[in-house]
Amino acid sequence: MIDLIISKYNYWIYIVLMMIGFYAMIGKKNLVKKIIGINIFQTAIILFFVSTASKRGGTLPIIEHAHGHGAHAIEAASYINPLPHVLMLTAIVVMVSTLGVALAIMILIYRRYNTLEENEILEQRKWSSNPPF
Amino acid sequence: MEIITSIRPLLAVLVTLVGALLIIFTGERNRNLREFWTILVSVLKFVIVISMVPFVLKGSVLEYTIISIAPGVSLQFRVDQFGLFFGVLASALWIVTSIYSIGYVRGLNEHAQTRYFFNFAICLSATMGIAFSANLLTLFIFYEILTVSTYPLVAHKETHDAIMGGRKYLAYTLTAGVVILFAIIFIYTLTGTLDFKPGGFLLGHGSPGTLTFLFAILILGFGVKAGLMPMHEWLPTAMIAPTPVSALLHAVAVVKAGVFGCLRVILYVFGPTLLHDLNLWIILAYFASFTVIVSGMYALAQDNLKRRLAFSTINNLAIIIMGAALLTPSSITGSIFHIGSHGFMKITLFFVAGAIYVKTHKENISELDGIGRQMPLTMGAFAICAMGVAGTPPICGFISKWYLAMGSLEAKEAFFLFVLLISALMDVAYFFPIIYSSFFKSPKDDTNLHFDEAPMRMVIPLVITAIISLILGIFPNAFFNFFNIASLAAEKILGGM
Amino acid sequence: MVQQSPVLVVVIPLIFAFLIFIFGWWRRGICYPITLTAISLSFLASLLTLNTVITTGTIHYRLGSWEPPWGIEYVVDHLNAFVLVIVSLVSLIAAISSKKSVEKELNEKTVFFYSIFLLQVTGFLGIVITGDMFNLYVFLEIASLAGYALIAIGEDGAPFASFNYLIFGTIGACFYLLGVGYLYITTGSLNMADLSQILPNLYHSKVVLVAFAFFLVGVSLKMALFPLHVWLPDAYTYAPSPVSSLLAPLMTKVGAYIMIRIMFFVFKPYFSIELIPATTILVWMAGGAILFGAIWALAQTDLKRMLAYILVSEVGYITLGIGLANKNGLTGAILHILNDSFMMLALFLVVGAIMYRTGKREITGLRYIHRKMPFTMAVFVVAALSVIGIPPTCGFFSKWYLILGAIDANYWVPAGILLLSSLLNVIIFFRVIENAYLEPDEGHTGGTSETHIAIEEAPLSMLIPILIAGAGIMLFGVLSGKIVSTIIQFAIPSFV
Repeated sequence: MIDLIISKYNYWIYIVLMMIGFYAMIGKKNLVKKIIGINIFQTAIILFFVSTASKRGGTLPIIEHAHGHGAHAIEAASYINPLPHVLMLTAIVVMVSTLGVALAIMILIYRRYNTLEENEILEQRKWSSNPPF
Repeated sequence: MEIITSIRPLLAVLVTLVGALLIIFTGERNRNLREFWTILVSVLKFVIVISMVPFVLKGSVLEYTIISIAPGVSLQFRVDQFGLFFGVLASALWIVTSIYSIGYVRGLNEHAQTRYFFNFAICLSATMGIAFSANLLTLFIFYEILTVSTYPLVAHKETHDAIMGGRKYLAYTLTAGVVILFAIIFIYTLTGTLDFKPGGFLLGHGSPGTLTFLFAILILGFGVKAGLMPMHEWLPTAMIAPTPVSALLHAVAVVKAGVFGCLRVILYVFGPTLLHDLNLWIILAYFASFTVIVSGMYALAQDNLKRRLAFSTINNLAIIIMGAALLTPSSITGSIFHIGSHGFMKITLFFVAGAIYVKTHKENISELDGIGRQMPLTMGAFAICAMGVAGTPPICGFISKWYLAMGSLEAKEAFFLFVLLISALMDVAYFFPIIYSSFFKSPKDDTNLHFDEAPMRMVIPLVITAIISLILGIFPNAFFNFFNIASLAAEKILGGM
Repeated sequence: MVQQSPVLVVVIPLIFAFLIFIFGWWRRGICYPITLTAISLSFLASLLTLNTVITTGTIHYRLGSWEPPWGIEYVVDHLNAFVLVIVSLVSLIAAISSKKSVEKELNEKTVFFYSIFLLQVTGFLGIVITGDMFNLYVFLEIASLAGYALIAIGEDGAPFASFNYLIFGTIGACFYLLGVGYLYITTGSLNMADLSQILPNLYHSKVVLVAFAFFLVGVSLKMALFPLHVWLPDAYTYAPSPVSSLLAPLMTKVGAYIMIRIMFFVFKPYFSIELIPATTILVWMAGGAILFGAIWALAQTDLKRMLAYILVSEVGYITLGIGLANKNGLTGAILHILNDSFMMLALFLVVGAIMYRTGKREITGLRYIHRKMPFTMAVFVVAALSVIGIPPTCGFFSKWYLILGAIDANYWVPAGILLLSSLLNVIIFFRVIENAYLEPDEGHTGGTSETHIAIEEAPLSMLIPILIAGAGIMLFGVLSGKIVSTIIQFAIPSFV
């Protein structure tokens, strides 16, 4: 059992982080905390991908003396997997865009309701709309 | 049997759709032009339908496929004897109703006239579509279009009662539609086809339990429009509609479409053999006879003239279904012919009710004393057709009742003969007092005794239909071999076993 | 050019999105024509693609000529091509109708609006056309982010609704990403076709099961499948009219497309049906969606909100078809993708027009509307009949296949729910139609002497799209047989 936890520690860390982020997104009332929760959630996923790319004893995936030597065989096992890193670059961009959009929306909300607490906003909205289902 | 591909059925349906568009674009700006479109289109439709009679009398069938919907099912028209009979009836009656409508609507200076004529036209297209459908799905499609296009007509007056009446109508008919749809899809999974065949196509597919269940829900579904009890409740409530609507739709188009659907199910989907095997025919006959008797009793209790006529309609529709359920040559012939003869007679009666309303604003029978002296033509027509409904010769109702009576003897079930007799007695009981009091009693109030008929545009159509009822009673094959079409249909059904 | 049509479908709106940004600063009025040009070209390209697929079969387009599974590949088969055409056509119609609303409500933000609009369309098209799992995630996020932004510029309450949507949507997309990650760990591939070949050997592995679970939940969130639909009513009610006309028909359908891809193409049908009873679960979720969507719609007084709940119900129909997992059920589902897009498009366009002309959208406030806007209301009636399922509108035909599929699979309760929902929809829509058409308590004696209300129809740029949508509903209904036999029949995976 302990064996399981120690050998797969990267997965445990990412799950714990993800759950913290998830809780923040849903359980916290302050909008800024929710956004921070989104960030933690997405960062956990990035951590997950990147951690699966690493190999024991692997080095950075850059081929030395690459010019004109494309034909010689490369031992894949000695380089860490670059693909998840690449995918995560894209994911980070997505994360940043989401953050940007979320913050912009938050500014709009603040201007309108003058508060960033969810329960106060709902209070204010109670007088204007149908009950949200 | 020859199958001829012809575009005529499609034309018959389309001509009124085109008419509807013309009506709505002409609108209120030029009333006479708009009315002209209505009449022109109705005459054209009648001509197209009549042109198909010679083929059908010879035994051939006119087909036209529009488009395939699913494997084995297409949107298809097939004009056989039964369909053509209904088509001739509907298109002939529409001509007179159009003239009558114009008189009624202008006589009362009704609102929303364009909407009225527009929906009427679409409604007739749908009726033609139902008459000429080749399979259950096409029938269902036009059936639903009929429901939707008649709703604005029922709720036309837009008073609170009218809106409630419209809602009740929709609730009944759309629920029935859903039930029918389920049955149709089920049949499709059982057999892979939905085409009507004289003598039925369901034999051998599915267990007796399944088939009985399907039969029950199909009859219940179509029975809503056909006014079978206990699904009849919408019909008296729908009398809130203007009288031409009640006349054409609830004496001819909508309720006859329901009966048509029932008969298609009984004779062309299930068929005599299967129904005899499952013993469903006798159950249906008893079920229908229940309606016959109870509706007669209801009719006796009504004071509002239109409501009494509504229950009389329910009575006659149930007689038609009862006749078809007996599954003998005479009973089927009588049943099909009664669709036609009752159509002519009942429409006259409704026309009379409308004429009286337009002229005197009277709706109740108790107010009608002496009115026969003011409106002799109108009440004369009423007398003829009322006696016809009761089955008095020489009006056409006698012929259909005769065949139905013979049919019940052929089926060796004398019970139904008694039912027919009792219903005839009840007919006399609730029609005769009206005739008597209108001609022979002195008026209670200010009805003047001078000749002061309703507008001619209303009187002429009802006189025409009354005369037609009379002629059909003496020469059933007048007018394009009306009777022969019915009997040929019966032969086909029973011969196709 | 024809050979490049798959990539053009996506690239054109993408490039034009940036072009608008540049040209918009120069002249604001030019944004609208550029948008229309971009989407029209994309639509043409999608038609070409569909034609190619019908005549020659599945297209494999390699971006940059890199071989899969290392390069990103666009795979266009019948299902793809069909949904592509639908998405681009609906976007085009929604874009045409956006002109007046944008001028009225969003004038200062026109440039941004159209730019993000085109990005949204790019996102949808990219999701549909790609054959690579991670590429799908990227386009999914492009579409979602654009959606959050577009919804947030609506009326009062929109930013908060959009924020809620953002949270839900991000969870959904991240779950999808996790699914991709787990699949990558076990198979080493991101290409859909490749995965479908490698995975069967790994079906017993827990990692693959977890991945499948993450996929389903993530896509259900995006698709607003009950009970994960909670973001949808608020988001689509408060969004500006052109935005809801674009998003409502498409976002959920594209989500349904992703679900079909994952359940039946990446994972073989045998996995989704027998190994995990995913389809059974989906059937019951769908039943809940259909029923509860309809019941909640009944309770609304705001017309747009009512339509949003009807949308929840319609998503249920499509999911039911997916869950039935037989030939008829899937035919119904895919046909309903087409039909529902047009029905929702027509309905939301009508509401947009009514709001533009009268500024209100309470159901009780609709008196006399049929005289003011007769054509618009006529299309509303047609669309309502289609949702109810009255032939010959298109809604009837997808219901036909769905009920057929339910009976084939012996799912009697869902068949009953489908029929019951027709009746519920009757009540829902006839409430609106009665309010709009019938005028009780008026003394109706005079022929034409009623209060004369002039015809003040929606402006042409809104009316024509509405009429096209209405015509489409009738047309697709009559042509359903043809559509099924030429396209959908081949789009369904073969079920063992």
